[in-house]
Amino acid sequence: MIVQFLVGIIIGGIPLSVSLLLAGLGEMFTQRSGVFNLGVEGIMMLSAFIGFFTVYTIGSPILGIIAAMAVGALMGLLMGLVSITFKAEQGITGIGLFMFGWGLSGTLFRVYVGGVTTIKGIDGINIPVLSKLPVIGPILFNQNPLVYVAYILVPVASWLLFKTSWGLKVRAVGTTPAAADTVGINVVKIRYQSLVIGGIMAGLAGAYLSICQAHLFADNITAGRGFIAVALVYFGRWKPSGIMGGALLFSMAHSFQRLIQVYGINFPYEIAVIIPYVLVIVVLALTWKSQSLGPLALGKPYDREFRG
Amino acid sequence: MAERIQQLEMKHISKRFPGVLALDDVSITLKNGEILALLGENGAGKTTLMNILYGLYHQDEGTVLIDNEVIHVKSPKDALLHKIGMVHQHFMLVPNLTVLENIALGYFQNTRFKLDLGLVRKKMMDISVRYDMAVNPDAYIWQLSVGEQQRVELVKTLTLGANLLILDEPTAALTPQQTDELIDLLKEMAKDNNSIIFISHKLNEVKTVSSKIAVLRNGKLVHEGPTGSYSVTELAEQMAGRQINLPKSPEKSKFGDVMLDIKKVWAHNDQGAWGLQGLDLQLKAGEILGIAGVSGNGQKELADVINGVRKVEKGDILLDNWNITNHSAQKIIDQGLGYIPEDRLHEGTLPAFSVRENLILKDYTTSQMSSSIFLKKKVIDSFAEDLIETFNIKCPDMYTSCASLSGGNIQKVILAREITRKPKVLIAAYPIRGLDIGAAEYVHQRLIEARGAGMAVLLISEELEEILDLCDRIAVIYEGKILKVLSGSEADNRKLGLLMAGVTDEE
Ligand SMILES: Nc1ncnc2c1ncn2[C@@H]1O[C@H](COP(=O)(O)OP(=O)(O)OP(=O)(O)O)[C@@H](O)[C@H]1O
Ligand SMILES: [Mg+2]
Repeated sequence: MIVQFLVGIIIGGIPLSVSLLLAGLGEMFTQRSGVFNLGVEGIMMLSAFIGFFTVYTIGSPILGIIAAMAVGALMGLLMGLVSITFKAEQGITGIGLFMFGWGLSGTLFRVYVGGVTTIKGIDGINIPVLSKLPVIGPILFNQNPLVYVAYILVPVASWLLFKTSWGLKVRAVGTTPAAADTVGINVVKIRYQSLVIGGIMAGLAGAYLSICQAHLFADNITAGRGFIAVALVYFGRWKPSGIMGGALLFSMAHSFQRLIQVYGINFPYEIAVIIPYVLVIVVLALTWKSQSLGPLALGKPYDREFRG
Repeated sequence: MAERIQQLEMKHISKRFPGVLALDDVSITLKNGEILALLGENGAGKTTLMNILYGLYHQDEGTVLIDNEVIHVKSPKDALLHKIGMVHQHFMLVPNLTVLENIALGYFQNTRFKLDLGLVRKKMMDISVRYDMAVNPDAYIWQLSVGEQQRVELVKTLTLGANLLILDEPTAALTPQQTDELIDLLKEMAKDNNSIIFISHKLNEVKTVSSKIAVLRNGKLVHEGPTGSYSVTELAEQMAGRQINLPKSPEKSKFGDVMLDIKKVWAHNDQGAWGLQGLDLQLKAGEILGIAGVSGNGQKELADVINGVRKVEKGDILLDNWNITNHSAQKIIDQGLGYIPEDRLHEGTLPAFSVRENLILKDYTTSQMSSSIFLKKKVIDSFAEDLIETFNIKCPDMYTSCASLSGGNIQKVILAREITRKPKVLIAAYPIRGLDIGAAEYVHQRLIEARGAGMAVLLISEELEEILDLCDRIAVIYEGKILKVLSGSEADNRKLGLLMAGVTDEE
């Protein structure tokens, strides 16, 4: 019974973690380069719709995912244009981006689709034999392809950030842009690149929600996951493994809370649903005193001649 | 690879910042193999001129020519393409990256995606060994003292390579030995057909290293010519426009009570090793006690523990017979401690705040400056105006942000604040680092006055001359301990030099 319950939590939790993980990894690059993109939720929303709509009209889930990622990239560019090139306040720009994505996807949905419609989408894959193994079979070998993609991206992101010269530039640009500038690094270019990567990842996260998880589009399908992803970047101290830990913690707590209801355990519903959020805040508060310095220039536009 | 630059010209350069004309029609030329020393008081415009050459600032008027061709240096990247390199006065280092990573940052421009730190490590160790500038490649920048950061900044620029090298106060935080080695290196580079622009307030080294000087005053070029014929005193006069005499403190034999008593103090450094190993020191009222030593031997940790920003693991610190060990910084300040920190940009000022606010930073709660929760604007205004005037702080007005001042003027803001507070004990860490010679004269006079007024002054410095001129007693710090305390009269350059290297039993 206990084992079954625990396995149930994990099986339910892993799919929930994917969109958080993808968006969080993307936002990690953005923030590491010194840009604070609060608009992840809006990017996820719009790309969830575009992904869904592509499958709905053309029928190809692969194209749907590509289209969603392209939209994410464009949204990243838009954020860059306003916050890097025009040096607008990043927090406000992010909120604007969120409202833009949110409003546009809702409007397009009502105009071109109308009501709830399901699509074929992408289902989980059953790896023969392995998926029949007890306990680990359903956990490890019976998941949606994007689940594997998301978790493979964790070490890939680590490698990019810590083992490539591009990653080094990103880290420098987000901490001391002037120092990066003086050795010939194009601060603006690196920040744009990081924003676009963040956008693409948020786009993929959105596509996962509509094409892989729900097989439909609905208003507020993202349900605040974009904002959670931003918080998870802090939670994970701007490290891929930390973000993965945060995404898992949050989605396991979420899954636990759902299962309580499924099992009919007598527990106040109102309290159960806030467990994941409270948990994240508690852990955030407890881990804040970490030694490693984050991107110190986060949120600050770079201007060569401006001091103080 | 770019050709060697035969001739560099900056013609009729002007540059304006809000409220200041930083450069006014300045022209300089530099030929292959020459070392040009750029002199001038704090705020004269030296850094600004060099930043324009390096592509960090853009001139409002004027042109830059290389080998008679106009070039447009739009960014440091362009400068690097022309093989121009620069050592910056305010180090351009990323604090949460390691030394090695900081150097690698500029090393792989577009060449390689994968980060080959082994290659960079080899290159930089070559340079650091060849020029005897020890740096630990795996230390994080935030763990290093200013002196160590200076070495990293130099090693970085040398590793990246340049044919025209700009050095903006590269020796401000070096020991005398390191300075000598750097000078030898620069001469060698010049012989090797490189051109060098060298900025320093230390006229002795200017005299030894340069073949040519250019003097700026208030953004104007007031003198240009060969170095040869001028004596150090004449150079000082050129710069300040008046005669300069660095004061010596008169000998004195009677001192007051012990004001600062440091008893067998142990503390960790940022790397987690022991930075102070049972350090013992007594400082009396009315004396200037010098701490001589090569940076990195515990000076930073010593200043930190006295200030209450570093934990004392063992031992006690008494300030005027009050135990202040591990008290909060605020409490210690209230107890009567004044502090001129080593790292002025990050510790001593709030860069985004105005000069006026920075001047009252430690005293705005006193009844003199505020009543209940309101600040007394008029009192503060005249107070700030006074200090700006007496300390000759160069700024458009008292409301400009501290960060927009020139390097030396930021230091004057701190000095003005700390000395005027009349503390019982004043810790001065490298107080004239980066100050022009006129300002240095002024600061030394003030320190001697403070001593006369009964303050206990602890002077941390690497400049032997400064220490010998000012101190009643000199304590040599080595590996976290006081190796020996000499009286001012028995100390000399040679004795101190040996002690600083850890040699005690020479006879
Ligand atoms: N980015 C900036 N914004 C505003 N004012 C500036 C800026 N950079 C320099 N200034 C001003 O230009 C003048 C010249 O400054 P600069 O840093 O060139 O002096 P400096 O000769 O290098 O002095 P120091 O010896 O103190 O380093 C100063 O008045 C300074 O306040
Ligand atoms: Mg300067």
